Amino acid sequence: MSESETAMQGHGATMEASPYAIPSRKLAIWLFIASDAATFGVFLFGYGYLRTASVDWPTPFKFSPSILNVLVMTAVLITSSLTMLGAVDSAKAGDGAKAGRFLWSTILLGVIFAGLHIREWFGLIDEGVRLFQNPWGSPLFGATFFSITGLHLLHVIGGVVAIAVVARGFARGRLTPGHVETVGLYWHFVDLVWMFVVPLVYLLNLSR
Amino acid sequence: MAASKKSDNTIAKYLPVYFALLAIAGAEVLLAYQHFSTGSLLAILLALAFCGGTLALRYFMHLAQESRGLFLTLIPAVIFLFLIMNMIWSDSFRLLRMRPFGH
Repeated sequence: MSESETAMQGHGATMEASPYAIPSRKLAIWLFIASDAATFGVFLFGYGYLRTASVDWPTPFKFSPSILNVLVMTAVLITSSLTMLGAVDSAKAGDGAKAGRFLWSTILLGVIFAGLHIREWFGLIDEGVRLFQNPWGSPLFGATFFSITGLHLLHVIGGVVAIAVVARGFARGRLTPGHVETVGLYWHFVDLVWMFVVPLVYLLNLSR
Repeated sequence: MAASKKSDNTIAKYLPVYFALLAIAGAEVLLAYQHFSTGSLLAILLALAFCGGTLALRYFMHLAQESRGLFLTLIPAVIFLFLIMNMIWSDSFRLLRMRPFGH
C-alpha cells in the first residue's frame, strides 16, 4: 500500500482518513512552512518599518564583494533546490544510490552557502557593523540585518543537518521517499525565503 | 534498470524553472543599479520576488499538484497575515516625519 493510499484509507477501521489526502508528515511540514513564512514576514515587515522611519539608513553594500557574493549565494541555493528535486524524484523512482548522491550534493551546496554567508558577516563586522552600532547611520541596521540573515542562516544549517539525517536514514532503509520529499519541501522553502531577503535586505541598500 | 533509466532525466524537466529563477535573480541586481526611486525599485523587486516565489511554490514544491483544499487552507491564510502586517506603515511614516532616529 502506498503512502498516499495509507493516508486516504487510514491504518485501520478506528483511524480517520488524513486531511487533504496527504501523509501526516507532509501536512505537518506544510503547516510549519506557513507559520515559518509568517515568522519571516514579521522580521521583514519589522525591518521595513525601521528602514522607512529612519532618515539615515545605511547603504553599505558594494557590488564587490557584497552583491557579487550574494549573487553566487543565490545561484548556489537555487542549484541546491535543483539537486534536492533530483533526490526526491530519484527516491520515488527507487534509485536509492542516485537519491543519496543528490542529497549529499544538496548538503555540500548548503554548506557552501553557509560558508559564503558567514564570510559576508565577517566582512561587515570588520567594517564596524555591530548589533546596535555601525559607522554609517541608523544603529538599528545591524540588528535588522543580522537577525534576518541570521534566522535564514539558522534555517540553512538546520536544513543541512536534517538532510544529512534523512540521507543516512534513507540509505540504511529506515526512512522512505516520503521523508526525502518532506525535507525537500523544507529546503525549497529556505530557497523561497532567500528570494525575498536578497531584494529587500541587500538590493535596496546598495552603495552607489 | 527501469528505475535507473527513469531517474536519469529527473533534473532535466526542472531546468527551465531553474534558469528562470537564476534570470530573475540577475534581473533584480541589474534593475537595482538603474536610477529608480526607492518606492519604484521596491515595487519592481517585490514583483520579481513574487514571480520567483510562485515558480518555486508551483514547480519545486509542487503545491499545484496537491489537493485544492490544502492550497485554499494555506495560501489565503498566509496572504491574510501579510496583509494585516501592513497596518504598521502609517506609524512608520509618522516616525519618519518626527525623525526619532536622526542625528
